[in-house]
Order: sequence, then structure tokens, then C-alpha cells
Amino acid sequence: MSKRSVLTLAVMVIAGASASVFAQQAPAVVPAAAYPDMVRWSIITAGFALGIGAGLAALGQGRAVAAAAEGIARNPGAAGDIRGVLLLGLVLIESLAIYVFVISLILLFLVPLGS
Amino acid sequence: MEKLEHPLWIVQLVNALLGALVRRAGEAMGYHFTGHDVIPAYMVMVLLIVVFITALCVFVRSRLSVENPGTLQIILEDGLGAVRGLLDEWIGPKGHQYLPLVATLGLFILLGNYMGLIPGLMSPTSSINVTLGCAITIWVYYHYQGIRAQGIVGYVKHFWAPPGAPWLIGFVYFPIEIISHAARVMSLSLRLFGNIFGEELVILVLFSLVPFLVPLPMMLLGLVTGLLQAFIFMLLSIIYLQGAVAVEHHEGEHGHDAPSGRQAPAAA
Repeated sequence: MSKRSVLTLAVMVIAGASASVFAQQAPAVVPAAAYPDMVRWSIITAGFALGIGAGLAALGQGRAVAAAAEGIARNPGAAGDIRGVLLLGLVLIESLAIYVFVISLILLFLVPLGS
Repeated sequence: MEKLEHPLWIVQLVNALLGALVRRAGEAMGYHFTGHDVIPAYMVMVLLIVVFITALCVFVRSRLSVENPGTLQIILEDGLGAVRGLLDEWIGPKGHQYLPLVATLGLFILLGNYMGLIPGLMSPTSSINVTLGCAITIWVYYHYQGIRAQGIVGYVKHFWAPPGAPWLIGFVYFPIEIISHAARVMSLSLRLFGNIFGEELVILVLFSLVPFLVPLPMMLLGLVTGLLQAFIFMLLSIIYLQGAVAVEHHEGEHGHDAPSGRQAPAAA
């Protein structure tokens, strides 16, 4: 074994050990019956919202990437410009999925309407 | 979300050193602290970045050289040159006057994103307070620069109607413009926050499932998203600046000649 791979393994072992420290601090499990209906529905809503949002954003990003690949294939000289526009467009599309993600986080962690 | 945060030794150290001082100062100003830690974790991380960047700059500055530049100097010069090129490309030949704030924010966000990958630290940008602070800074800055470049009357007029459009369209255009400018703060801050927090959450969940090797691909992805998000924050700030400081041409034939080579996208 080279010195580098030994070092890499050591770093991984340390990372794994520190992760088990995090895992021990898991919160106590609350029985499902203790949650009011509102909380259960907000969990279901969060999952579905993220699924729909991520799927539609992926469709849009797929169209953008396809068009960019086609453009580069037709005109490889414009690859730099196309890449810049593609990056900007992808991020603007992705931010919509991120908004949905933030909403689902709010639904999951900050239970709405004070319940 | 508080349950997800584990105590970090550096946060506890800073709180033990400075906590009492901050608590006294805050209570003197009429603010009452409720939590255990007086100085929140993201604040400690932000201070760490500030200290690190200052130390780096002092170190590099002490050994700047024209004939024999070191590796670090070349890397930093290339990074700054790239940001400067971006500014000149989007805003025009005078774009590099906005370099200090834009490049500083980019460096700050890049370091903030990468901090979460180091064990024992967390990303300050995974807290909405930090990203909102960055976004509001950029928002105030580009409005200020727009007013400085066009004068207060010209700046407000460019909210009212696009160049060449009839005057009456302002009644429709003005509210839309106000909403879109207000939404920029939200979109800038939430994009960064969502990306970094989501990435940290995924790594944390994977760690709790399989605490060995499996989270590594996700951390690699974190390297890419961290760089990309810092770049995008910078790029969007530049685009907003360009929209604010662009001086309109009143002649008919050159009506669409922006000073820059590119046109800003309509959506933001």
C-alpha cells in the first residue's frame, strides 16, 4: 500500500468514527399517535411537493441541456458562450426546485400554524 | 431544525471566551438571550472566515513579487482576473470598479460553502441569516450604484417604463418591476441557503445510515455545488449591477445597444 492510500483510509476511518458520534444523538422516537393530523398531512405534503417540484424542474433542465448539447454539436466554436448561458439557465431553473425544497423543509421541521 | 445541530467544539470555545461579554453588551442594549449559546454557530463560522481571509491576505501581501510570484499569488491573481473579466464582459469597460464587493462576496461564499465539508465545522451559508445578509448587501449596493450612475430621477424613471415604450405602460410595468426587484432578495438568499443546507442534510442523513465511504460521493458533489453556487451568486450580482447602471441610449437606431456585449435574461 502506498503512503497516500493509507492516509486516505485513515481519513475515512476518522470521518466514519465522527459520524457515529453524530448518530448517537438521534432524538427520542415519538409514537405516531402522538402527532396531530396536521403534522401528518404536512409530512405527506412535503414529500409530494418535493417530488413534483424536482420532477418538473428536471424536465426543464433536461430540455435545456439537450438544446445546449445540440447547439455545441452544430457549432463547436460557440461552446464557451453556450456553456455560460446553459449554466445560468440551469441555476435559474434549479432555484425553483430549491424553493419547493425550502417549503418542504418548513413543512417538515417548522410545523405550520403553531400545532 | 435545532435537533440536527450537534455541538461544535469551536463554537463552545468561542462562547466560553466571549459569551459573557456579548451577553452583557446585548442586555445593555435591551436584548434578552434565550438559548444556551449566546453566539450562534454560524456567527462563529463567519468570524473564522473573516480571520482566515485577513490572515491569508496579510500573508500573501507580505511576499508579493513581480519577478518571482509564488503559487498562491498566481492562483489568487487568476481568480481575481477571472472575476474582473466577468465584470468587464457583462457591465462594460468600466465594470471592474465594482470588483471589490463582488469578488469579496464570491470568496466569502466559496469558503463558506466549503467549510461544511471539514469535520468539526459547519457551513455558515447553510443558515438563512448569512445568505439573507449577503443578498441584502448586494440589493442595497446595486440600487446605490444605479442611483449614482443615473441620478435618482433617471433611476426611478427606468423603473417606470422600458426605453422606447409608451409612457402609459408604466402603470402596468411599475408594480411588476417593484415585485421583481423585491423577489431578487428572496431568490438570491433562498437559492444559496437551499442548496447548501440541502447538501449538508443529505450528507448528514447518509452519515447516519452508513457512516463509512458512502457519503463520499455526496461530499464530492458538494465540492461542485459549492463552487457553482458561489459563482452563480457572483454572476447574478453582476447581472443586477449591469441592469442598474446601464445607461440608456435615447437614439432610435441604437435603442437596443446596451454598453455590454450581452443582454441580461428577463427572469431572475
